[in-house]
Amino acid sequence: MQHTLAVVVEDKPGVLARVSAMFSNRGFNIHSLAVGPTHEDGRSRITLVVDAPELEQFKKQLHKLVNVIKVQELEPSEALESEVMIVRVACEPPNRGEVGDTAALFGARMIDLAPKSITFEVSGTPAHLASFTDQMRPYGIIELVKSGRIAVKKLSDLSPSLVGGAR
Amino acid sequence: MLQSLEHEGVELIFGVPGGAILPAYDPLLDSPIRHILARHEQGAGHMAEGYAMATGRVGVAMATSGPGATNLITPLQNAKMDSTPLVAITGQVTRGAIGSDAFQEAYTTGLAMHCTKHSYLVTEADDIPAIVHEAFHLASTGRPGPVLVDLPKDVLTQTTNWVEPDLRGLPGYRPTSYGHPKQIKAAIDMIERAERPVLYVGGGVIRSGASAELLQFAETVNAPVVTTLMARGAFPDSHRLSLGMPGMHGTFVATTAIQKCDVLVALGARFDDRVTGNVAAFAPHAKVIHVDVDPAEIGKVRNAEVPIVGDARKVIASLLERVKALRDASDFPWRKEWFDQLEAWKSSHPLKYAQEEDGPVKTQYFIERLHSITNGDAVVTAGVGQHQMWASQFWGFSEPGTWINSGGLGTMGFAVPAAIGAKAARPDRLVYALDGDGCFQMTFQELITASTERIPVKVAVFNNGGYGMVKQWQNLFYGGRISASDLGTEVPDYPKLAEAMGCVGMRVDHPEEVDVVIEKSLAVDDRPVVVEVVVDPDEMCFPMVPAGGSNDDVVMGPEDL
Ligand SMILES: Cc1ncc(C[n+]2csc(CCOP(=O)(O)OP(=O)(O)O)c2C)c(N)n1
Ligand SMILES: [Mg+2]
Repeated sequence: MQHTLAVVVEDKPGVLARVSAMFSNRGFNIHSLAVGPTHEDGRSRITLVVDAPELEQFKKQLHKLVNVIKVQELEPSEALESEVMIVRVACEPPNRGEVGDTAALFGARMIDLAPKSITFEVSGTPAHLASFTDQMRPYGIIELVKSGRIAVKKLSDLSPSLVGGAR
Repeated sequence: MLQSLEHEGVELIFGVPGGAILPAYDPLLDSPIRHILARHEQGAGHMAEGYAMATGRVGVAMATSGPGATNLITPLQNAKMDSTPLVAITGQVTRGAIGSDAFQEAYTTGLAMHCTKHSYLVTEADDIPAIVHEAFHLASTGRPGPVLVDLPKDVLTQTTNWVEPDLRGLPGYRPTSYGHPKQIKAAIDMIERAERPVLYVGGGVIRSGASAELLQFAETVNAPVVTTLMARGAFPDSHRLSLGMPGMHGTFVATTAIQKCDVLVALGARFDDRVTGNVAAFAPHAKVIHVDVDPAEIGKVRNAEVPIVGDARKVIASLLERVKALRDASDFPWRKEWFDQLEAWKSSHPLKYAQEEDGPVKTQYFIERLHSITNGDAVVTAGVGQHQMWASQFWGFSEPGTWINSGGLGTMGFAVPAAIGAKAARPDRLVYALDGDGCFQMTFQELITASTERIPVKVAVFNNGGYGMVKQWQNLFYGGRISASDLGTEVPDYPKLAEAMGCVGMRVDHPEEVDVVIEKSLAVDDRPVVVEVVVDPDEMCFPMVPAGGSNDDVVMGPEDL
């Protein structure tokens, strides 16, 4: 089962190693990882998507790490999640219009245009990126790279698409 | 660095020097801190643990980089498993050389990551006072444990001004010490209504110094007490409420009382597999109240109806207050039926062994005689194996801090160095290591340390010619195929070995001589003593719940299998 964990840590050397080692110790695969500063000085937030069974006990043990300040599990239904993806699509001039139109629907931004390919940058929910990928697949995906997922807890009951998740 | 250690009140360091840590050894010559030169860093680490377990204070071990640090790994993990407060100071190659496979380089903080509570790589001498202060704070508060401080050689040679440290750097570390009042109330409600309660006492009661509170609490609520291997001494064995040790080699009454109880009050205990046997079959009728300072212990193995996060001593004190506020101690339910039942189990299934007058000495007999001759007034340490279980079973404990053993990790070789650390900490007490021949052969060289440093410990080596506990499993579960567990009795000659290390060596191989030899060993006070006790190689340790079995099926002897 996939879980999204938001772990607020002290921004110090070795902290990421300690956190990620907790997962590898149990044989849990880290599916995605994003680390970055937060609004508070000296704090980083590590967002992990992991394949693991139930995590109640594990979260307490994670919290035992001296540099870990807060551990929060974000249920998909109550999380605002976002990823950035860069995707290079095979595309020769005759297809450019069609590919470009589809990309526009997904709010994807063209960041490179070569004779035989177009490269897009697109961000949004994992589902949004997945459907964009599906749309591009028939043309041929040459390269695809994703950032780790970041997430915050949702405070309203609007669906992400209504608040602009689909751009 | 030394000033920081002095500031923390360190009086003893156990260690071995080497290149990277040399800058810390030089000023030791001018420091009031006494350094005890171990013969192996594992020995230094276990000595520091013995010191900590005998005093409740933080033990300190020091080693050089690379092999010095890797030799410390076993004691670090041992201290982690048994929640022993320990600070390890290691030298490291110079900052610029880290990562270059420099001579005697090891990634020490990485190696220590999983066998410490926390670890530090110091990158500036300015940080030393604060880091050392944090290290001692972490080691000794909340759930105690080992903390490692790794110091590159060029950091140790930097010049800086020592400044009084304050605790500022630990925003993620806030151990809870007082139990939640609502939970305290719920616990007492549950204990009041219990017909068959058991207090299941673990090492946390010793670490938090809660023995006095426990005694008062147990008497006030009139509930029987079992003490785990790590908690032996937390409650007097001679007390009418004491049932002894539960679990794999526990007393029948302790193990069975848990199986039949309706309320199980776990106090600083962690439901270790050696206590629970098959978890699914463990204490099937019990509602559980679980008190632990470590929130991650609660619900880890067994769900708790009333979880209480807090320091055992403070929580027991609050429980006691709540009971007293509620009613007079004398009108707490007497639970006669339960106590009658427990008494019946005690007498139908006692701990037993047979010492034949002319037969080989039984380890149990020697331990009982030693207890009787010394009135039990000693600190005893143990290795790992049959002798350890017999020591726990047959030594009647009356006081915390007098039983020092390796519970969670089961580290052979613990007894001798731990005894040296304990004796160095408490020179006024008799310290007797009860060791196996196999364990003794892992760390006996530390007796050279003991001789040189004039630390007169006593060591009984129970020589059954092998790894008795391994042999027992091979006899019981591997069709008697004895593979690699025979050590033979030809070599070493223990008394000679002892003499060569500057100790007094003795041997006893007949039950009649046991008392005389014990008396002789007690009469020596200027040197360590090693008593080889030649014991029955075929004796097995019972009661026993085979690994993974249900605690309903306690095997009282070979006839039950
Ligand atoms: C370092 C280490 N290696 C191996 C073991 C496995 N082991 C457990 S008990 C034991 C035998 C101990 O022999 P001895 O000290 O003679 O004690 P006895 O059981 O004979 O009383 C062994 C090998 C261990 N616990 N620790
Ligand atoms: Mg043996």
